[in-house]
Formats: sequence, structure tokens, C-alpha cells
Amino acid sequence: MSGIVKHFPGARALDGVDLEIRPGEVHCLLGQNGAGKSTLIKVLAGAHRPDAGSITWRGEPLALAVPVQALRAGIATMYQELDVVDGLTVAENIYLGHELASGGFTQRRAARAEARRLLERLGHGEISPDREVGRLSAAGKQIVSMARALSHDARLIIMDEPSAVLDSEEVANLFRVVRELTAAGVAIIYISHRLEEIRQVGHRITVLKDGRTVASGLPATTPTADLIRLMTGREVEHSFPARPAARPEAPELLRVEGLGVRGVFADVSFTVRAGQVVGLAGLVGSGRSEILETVYGARRSTSGTVAVAGEVLRPGSVDASVRAGVGLAPEERKSQGLLLDEPVYRNITLSTFARFASSGFLDERAERTAAVEQIAALDLRPADPDRSARTLSGGNQQKAMLARWLVHGCRVLLLDEPTRGVDVGARAEIYGLVRALAAQGTAVVMVSSEIDEVLGLADDVLVISEGRVVHTGPADGIDEHGVLDLVMEGSAA
Amino acid sequence: MSEQIPPTLAQAGAVPPDPDHPSALQRGRRDGGGAGAGSDTRSGLPGLLRGGAGRNVGLVIALLVLCAVGFATAGEQFASVDNVMTILRYGAVIGVLSIGMTFVITGGGIDLSVGSVLGLASVWATTLATQTMAQDTHWVVMIFTALAVGTVCGLVNGVLIAYGNVVAFIATLAMMVGARGLAEVIANRQTQIVQVQPFLDAFRADILGVSVLVWIFAVVAVAGWVLLNRTTFGRRTLAVGGNPEAARLAGIRVRRHTMYLYTLAGLTAGIAAVMMLARTTAGSSTHGQGYELDAIAAVVIGGTLLAGGRGTIVGTVFGVLIFSTLTNVFTQNNLSISAQAVAKGVIIVIAVLLQQRFAARARSA
Repeated sequence: MSGIVKHFPGARALDGVDLEIRPGEVHCLLGQNGAGKSTLIKVLAGAHRPDAGSITWRGEPLALAVPVQALRAGIATMYQELDVVDGLTVAENIYLGHELASGGFTQRRAARAEARRLLERLGHGEISPDREVGRLSAAGKQIVSMARALSHDARLIIMDEPSAVLDSEEVANLFRVVRELTAAGVAIIYISHRLEEIRQVGHRITVLKDGRTVASGLPATTPTADLIRLMTGREVEHSFPARPAARPEAPELLRVEGLGVRGVFADVSFTVRAGQVVGLAGLVGSGRSEILETVYGARRSTSGTVAVAGEVLRPGSVDASVRAGVGLAPEERKSQGLLLDEPVYRNITLSTFARFASSGFLDERAERTAAVEQIAALDLRPADPDRSARTLSGGNQQKAMLARWLVHGCRVLLLDEPTRGVDVGARAEIYGLVRALAAQGTAVVMVSSEIDEVLGLADDVLVISEGRVVHTGPADGIDEHGVLDLVMEGSAA
Repeated sequence: MSEQIPPTLAQAGAVPPDPDHPSALQRGRRDGGGAGAGSDTRSGLPGLLRGGAGRNVGLVIALLVLCAVGFATAGEQFASVDNVMTILRYGAVIGVLSIGMTFVITGGGIDLSVGSVLGLASVWATTLATQTMAQDTHWVVMIFTALAVGTVCGLVNGVLIAYGNVVAFIATLAMMVGARGLAEVIANRQTQIVQVQPFLDAFRADILGVSVLVWIFAVVAVAGWVLLNRTTFGRRTLAVGGNPEAARLAGIRVRRHTMYLYTLAGLTAGIAAVMMLARTTAGSSTHGQGYELDAIAAVVIGGTLLAGGRGTIVGTVFGVLIFSTLTNVFTQNNLSISAQAVAKGVIIVIAVLLQQRFAARARSA
């Protein structure tokens, strides 16, 4: 079996990419957002047609016009956006598009049995094939998606950021499955922003930049600095801004007391002073994001209170929180944060446009001016307030979210996964901005799946496990292992 | 195992990287911080064409073609002032409904009930009781009745959809059936002639040679344009229709605004009912039948996104004009109502296909 060769100049997103995959290897694709990774895998999956170039599959040229051809050839793709149908069962999702059937009638019993076998192979025998997929967690959906890839008996599985929604335990499980598959000769294209994962599971690395291959077939042991230089074309220090000295005299801006939502989390208490960054660490599903959403009023609490600068907020009311000076940069920027087809400036002023109005009539000039100021202050690029938000990179979309709350002048800023989908170079900028905001007296609460991010950026850390705070303390008093230990203990209890 | 293949950069050089889509970092090196640059790209004629006006070019062309066809087939008769007024008067009622519909659709919803609500309001405003009261006091009573009926129906829709979490399609479908039924009950399926002469005098008059009905449509359209494009209400409508979750998390009261949108649609149905009374000099439970579909078609032809988040009042006005001109051209040529319906269907499809073309081009520009 020979590898795959493809080069297709002419396409805008891809401008001459070559990739060669060997059987049984984990080939990692690295590149910043917009480097062309997603487009490349869509070509391989048959979802996009290349304008030029060719694919050779097992020694023969392969033309992919529609996804089903790729699947038939043995190329299965797990997309970054989970492509499962919520209303169908686990088994139905796994066999979606290639249902086990005879004479047009689905063979449900066989599908269920096969689905169970696949799930067990993935180490998730506890997921029932009859479960409705909509009721599964994001990690559960990921498993279903992987089971679907396996069900195609694929020789090449493309995984686009499979670990983004998984916690470390599930990532370990994912790696176990990956190793099993490669041992059986299956090739895997693995895309991730997390370099440490690539070190753990990858064999070779291809780096894309601006739609071109800048390096191919690098060993997985290539030093980080080299990889980042290849991706960005310059040196980026993946480090966190210096933590300023604690200011115990700073006024307390946010006080959360005994907050709980029945069945989700309970008895969460913490305070944040002006200038302080508090991080919530925990596994996916531990209740981190839910805590943040409840503080914000996007979920209604069933117990406890949230007070901003001494004033208790009305529970379950986002607009009351916003008026009190609380802002949230949500986890899913595209679906929860932005109006993608609206211009950037309107996204920036989405929480504040009413301020630029007198008796209901907007003063768009003033509104734009305020947005443009923040675009300049945050170095949002391109610095065009009229460009639609959709065209921005992940990092710049996040900057637009921060700009929104800067225009608002919020006192308490809640950040849910502030660097998800943000490339390595832009991360450092986001970290810097968060620190700068804190230095101006904002109280920041952040949630991140990446423990080192929480520990690196926050002053104080709350470790959350199964909806409870299991540890509160300064970030420099605990390391990644310590957090994981606490989380595991909490899970065991 | 095969050999590694070297990159073929000779081919890659064929097309330079798109300057509009470099990565964030690369851009950073290129124009180290020109904030505010390019903020005026929209000014000037090319910018204007790419913006709102560009989207309407297709509509203007369609209208001109229709007029040309009308002139070619019906000549002087089509181009006469009288006939133009007829087109406008015909379009005015559906036009007012369409303005309300533009808001609902831009806000991510749909309202199937406006035609029935128009019928109910026309009946309620012409009951014996209402007309007696109008004669005793002032004819404005009839207007208030129609507007109140429309607004209340819209409010009921809005509350059901926003707070009762009923799907808009279902809630307004129920209102469509229910309001029509109620109108039949009240009118006992009889046509109720408007007896209040001052009411008719007021609405059947001309101002500057143009029917009051057309003026009403003009005023509603202008007010709608200002409301959508220049006010916080309009901005909320775009936000709620574009991404309700993002709007909610930005602190916009999405439910309340959704309720307002349907109430607004109800109000326009009330206004349209008054106009209908003036045009036909009677209230009837059959008034406005099928108007909701004409209004939706006009809105969509005009370029408002059926999915919400983008709306254009100017487009809607063109959509209404295209529709009423079309009807007029057919009538001038003695085409049957059924043939007209077939043609309308075809034209809706063509218009929407063209709109998608234009929209795709505008997006890639």
C-alpha cells in the first residue's frame, strides 16, 4: 500500500499541499487557524473538490467527488463540529448512511449488536446503542462519531481536533484506541492544537501554513520551538504574562455564595477582587462552564447568591447581570457569541448599542467610533469594522468578544475557554489582554480545559470535580499533577 | 513504504495567496497596526452597489422588465396615471402587511395569521355595535377597533411563541384558523357594509392626486425603514434573528423582543384592515384570505433572509410593487386568476434563485 500524494494549487485555501501517509502511522497536521487544515481534510473526505492536484490511494489515482466515495475507499472523517444527529439513537448514528439492511428494511438488531461491539472496543461499553444521541455529553458524541468511523472499516481515519471536547482521562482512552488502530495497520491523520498530544501519540508531523506545506514528515520529537517557528514564521514564546503582586486591599467585585443548580453543581462559593484572575479547573462535565453560566444568569440557580460589588443579582437574568457590569465570553463563540454575518463593529457593540441611542434612535457614528477604538486597542486584525465577523480568525473573534465587554466597561469578566480554537500565536495575545484587563481593575473568572492555562494565567484556582469545589488556593501553590490528583479523588468519592 | 514526495512549489506559485485571507500573525507583520484603516471602504459608488443598493438592482431590473412587458402588451392603457394608481392602491394593503412581516421574518420568525387577523379586524370594526358607536361619537372608533383587534391578536401570537415556546409556524397557523373562524362567527358570514360615511370620505380621498391608502403605505414603509435601520428596536431585531443565543448572552431580552415583533405584525394587520374597509367599503370574514402568503413572498423576493438576521424594507417595497404590477399586467391582458397564480409561483422561485445568486456574490465580494 502506497501513500497519498496530493497537491492542488489554485484553490484559495489550499495552495499546493503535499501529504503522504503511511499505513499504521499517526500523521499529525499542524498549522494555525486558516492554514488550510480543515479544507485539506474536507478534500480527503470528498466534501470539497480540489481545483488541481491529485490523490493517490493505495497506488492508484483516486477521484473524490462526493463523501460516500471517500468512505467506500476506506477514508473516514471525524469532523471538529460533531456531525451526529441528535434525534437518532447511538446505533442509528453509527450506521447513518450505511445502514445494515436487507431489502430496504433496516436490521436493527444486527445494528445494535455491532454498535455495542464497536463501543466496547472504544472502551465505552456503558453507552447504550439505544440511547438518544442528543442526551449524550459532547465527549459521548465524540465516541459515537469515532465508532462510526470504525464501522466503515476505514483504512484511514481523519480526526479533526478530537480532543477538544474531551477531558484528560478520555483523551488517554482516545490514544489507546488510536494505538490499537495503528497497530492494525490503520493510518490516522490527527489534527490538534495541543503539541503535547502530538508528542504522545504522533509519529510524523506535517506543518501547513497559508495553504502550503512548509514541512512534511517531521519526526514527532521535533522541538516545540521549531514547530512554532514553522507554523508562524517567527518565534513565539508560549508563555504566560507575569503575575502581578497580589493586592489584598483591592475591592471585592464578585462574591458567589453557596451557588447551586440542582443536579448540576452545588455549594460553590468564591470571591474575586478587582484585578484578580480566578480560574476554574476541572474535567469536561465537571460543571465548570455551568457555574460560569449560572453566575452570569444564563442559567437559573436553585440556591445561593451572586453579588457584584455588594449588590445581589437577580437569578436567571442575563440582562440584569449585564447591567450590573458582568460580561461573558462564551465557550462557543460562533454559536453563542457572535452575529457572524453582521459587521465586526456591531458585534462589538451588541451589548451596548442602546447607549449610543437617544430615544431609540441610534447614533451609528458614535457607535462605530467606540468600536474602532477597541479594535485599535486590542490590535484586532484586520482593523476593518465593516468586515463580517465570520471572516475573522478564531483569535480575532475572541478579541471582538473582549472588545464588546471593554466598550461595556464591565467590572466582572467571565471567560469560558478563552483560547479554544485560537492558534498558538494569538493565544499569547489573549493572555496578555486578560492580564491587562485585570490590571485595569476588572475581576476575571476563567474556565479552561487546559489545566496549564488555568494555572499559568490565574491568580487563584478553584478545582471543580463533579459539581463541587474540591480545592481553592493560589495558582502557584499547585501544579498540573496536583489538580489532576484532586480531580481523580473527587471522581472516586 | 514509499518515498517522501517533495513539495511542488512551482505549481503553488501559480496563484498568489489571497491578501484578504492571510493568517492573523502574518497580517500582523504586514501592516503592523493600521487601526481604523479601511473603515471607509463602503463609501463611494462601488461600495454602495455592494451594499444595500446593489442587492436591489436586481429588483429594479425585474420591475422595469415587468413595466416594459406591460407597456408592450397593454400600451397606453398600462402606462396611464389611473392604472399606475390602481397598481399602487392594490399593493398598499399587502404592502402594509409586508412591512410587519419583514420585521417578524428578520427576527427569525414567521407569521401565517396576518391575513386572517386582517379579516377579523375588518369584521370587528364594522359590527353593528361598533358602527353605531362610531356614528354616535366619532368614526375614529372604527380605526381604533381594527388596530386593537390586530394588536391583541399579534400579542397573543407573541406571548405564545416567546413565553409559551410554541413554534411560530404552529402558533400563527392556529391563529390563522382561529381568527378566520371567529370572524365568520361574528359576521355570521355576511358582508358588513360600512355605513359611516365620514370614515369612507376620509380614506377614499386623494392627497396630491394620490390615494390616501397609498400614502398610508408610504408612511408605514418609511416608519418601518427608520425603525429597522436607525433604532435600537431594529438592531435588536437583527440580533434576535441572526443569533438568538448570542443576543441573549449579550444581555438582549430576546423573549420580550420576539413578543414585540409579533405584536407589530398584528398592528400592521389592523392598519391593513382599515385600508381594506376603505377599499371595499365593507367588512368581511373573507377579507385578506391568502394575503399572508403574498406578504411572505413579497418579503422574501425583496431579499429578507427567511432564516432571519437580515432584512430590507426597501426590498420588501420592491417585492410588493413587483407583485402588484405583475397582477395588473395579467389583468390588463385578461389572464385568468388561475393562470396568474401559476405565474406567481414560477416568479417566486425565479426571484429567490436570483436573490441567492446575488447574495452569494455580495458575500464573496
